[in-house]
Amino acid sequence: MANLSVNLAGVELKNPIIPASGTFGYGREYAELYDLNILGSFSWKGTTGAARLGNPQPRIAETAGGMLNAVGLQNPGIDAVIAREVPHIAEIFQGPVIANVGGFSLDEYAENCAKLNDVDQVAILEVNISCPNVHAGGKNFGCDPHAAAEVTRAVKAVTNKPVFMKLTPNVTDIAEIARACEDAGADGLCLINTLLGMRIDLNTKRPVIANRTGGLSGPAVFPVALRMVWDVYEAVKIPIIGCGGVSSAEDAAEMMLAGAAAVEVGAANLVDPMACKTIIEHLPAVCQRLGVDHISELTGGAHHG
Amino acid sequence: MKQSLFTLEHTRQLTDDTYELVLSGDTSAITAPGQFVNIQLPGRFLRRPISICNWTDQALMLLVKVVGDGTRELVRCVPGTELDVLSGLGNGFDPARAGAHPVLAGGGIGIAPLYGLAQRMRDAGQAPTVALGFRSAKDAFYLEEFASLGCRLLIATEDGSLGTRGFVTDCIRNVPECDYVLCCGPLPMLKAVHSLPQLTDGQFSFEARMGCGFGACMGCSIPTRDGYKRVCKDGPILYKEEIVWRTCL
Ligand SMILES: Cc1cc2nc3c(=O)[nH]c(=O)nc-3n(C[C@H](O)[C@H](O)[C@H](O)COP(=O)(O)OP(=O)(O)OC[C@H]3O[C@@H](n4cnc5c(N)ncnc54)[C@H](O)[C@@H]3O)c2cc1C
Ligand SMILES: Cc1cc2nc3c(=O)[nH]c(=O)nc-3n(C[C@H](O)[C@H](O)[C@H](O)COP(=O)(O)O)c2cc1C
Ligand code: FES
Repeated sequence: MANLSVNLAGVELKNPIIPASGTFGYGREYAELYDLNILGSFSWKGTTGAARLGNPQPRIAETAGGMLNAVGLQNPGIDAVIAREVPHIAEIFQGPVIANVGGFSLDEYAENCAKLNDVDQVAILEVNISCPNVHAGGKNFGCDPHAAAEVTRAVKAVTNKPVFMKLTPNVTDIAEIARACEDAGADGLCLINTLLGMRIDLNTKRPVIANRTGGLSGPAVFPVALRMVWDVYEAVKIPIIGCGGVSSAEDAAEMMLAGAAAVEVGAANLVDPMACKTIIEHLPAVCQRLGVDHISELTGGAHHG
Repeated sequence: MKQSLFTLEHTRQLTDDTYELVLSGDTSAITAPGQFVNIQLPGRFLRRPISICNWTDQALMLLVKVVGDGTRELVRCVPGTELDVLSGLGNGFDPARAGAHPVLAGGGIGIAPLYGLAQRMRDAGQAPTVALGFRSAKDAFYLEEFASLGCRLLIATEDGSLGTRGFVTDCIRNVPECDYVLCCGPLPMLKAVHSLPQLTDGQFSFEARMGCGFGACMGCSIPTRDGYKRVCKDGPILYKEEIVWRTCL
């Protein structure tokens, strides 16, 4: 059987499959269904400094092959997460955790990340500079290479944990943002976050989502995510977590061939709570089909030869 | 919560747009009336949440109103169709808190979870009054089913073609001894029932567009007195005193 382990900036994962932030909460709901220790890691819900209530209802809309969400980063805040969720995570998952961190200023990003220094189970910081739903200050750090680099530097200055910057696809040239993060010291990248979209209800002639727009995810975004991972792989040397529309072991293999060292699975968990387990169980067969003994051999494989 | 395959046993048309579905499968995750299931349909990305109307050890009964493509597909499934179902979702009603004079208030398709609730209350020796509201006589369904449980049954239709002309609230005002409500229906109805002065307390079933249905995505959160709650996991049943109307929906 193929070796499924992968390495992300020095952090060893038993396999490359990671539930994506915002689709896995802090693990509680899924732990009722399966032993989370089969996962490579999991990325917890985007956590900000203060608790956030999120956007008004409705927050969810459906579309062909996917969904829109405008949750608006509802989370209990970093202190509550450290006090209440981290001890519970220790009971349900003993592997390395990815802490997804949001923020609305450089100081907030740095403060949130610094608070995680003493949380041993957090092995990687995933810095969300890309949430398109939140209106705070109208800023979107992830759309500007200078701002993205500033966040990277601010976080790197306060932590020794590997820092992965999570990029938004809502930009003209994602490779430019990726390079800016790498130059600023990022240890890795995660891409993509959701694509900004909308639906209109023909009965009311109004947007379905109260926030008007929402982030598109699910199988519909897979080819876009794959192309962006491909472009970024050509542009940087740091490891990439590929994310967007993955719902099968085959999709995960495509992501890795495009350049991903590991793969996040988001919306697929919401419609099939066993999605990650099923994907992990099918990885050995996919490795065999592709003729690799070690799954990490797939990373970037489509670029060579 | 449990994910498993259910087999559609039969479908019965009740009105122009409302159907009864019976599915067989493992119902062991269902613990209370008012819980719901989340059903995967071929070609639809998100599952569709549907209240549990009633259940036995091996069977699940649903009442479905066709409002769009997903519900249309669901009622068109032929017997033998296998459906991927997440069962036993949400908190459900707690009939033990309903006191001596409970009224079950339902509007339209919202009457679905009240049937299993009424049956269990009868089995437990409780005597709920059932008040059902419909647009008109041709939209009414499940009257005989409720009547055969031996419940006192009150009907309201908006056009007066059956029972009291008006709303479910008009029926409830006629039974002033009823001081506790267990309620499911469209939001304006929930709101109207909630404001009835005769009620000391009650349980109200809410709806929201859902991403997951099992508490993972925060797609369904609504504000309550005690902070935001997830309709799918902390609800769908909320208690009278915790409900706030101002911002939600
Ligand atoms: C807890 C709960 C219990 C429910 N119980 C029942 C029931 O017993 N019987 C019944 O007929 N219906 C019930 N509904 C409503 C039912 O889920 C929707 O009518 C159905 O999802 C509509 O799907 P559609 O594809 O036909 O409509 P579309 O308009 O095509 O749906 C598009 C999207 O909107 C969502 N949506 C549309 N209307 C609603 C709604 N009212 N509530 C939640 N999501 C909606 C759909 O799930 C889908 O994601 C319940 C809803 C909830 C939340
Ligand atoms: C309901 C929902 C909530 C999300 N919340 C977050 C979040 O808090 N932080 C974040 O970085 N990404 C968030 N995302 C984005 C996902 O992590 C992922 O990047 C995106 O959905 C694309 O992957 P997918 O197509 O597999 O879902 C969210 C996605 C969904 C569907
Ligand atoms: S629908 Fe996902 S948390 Fe309720």
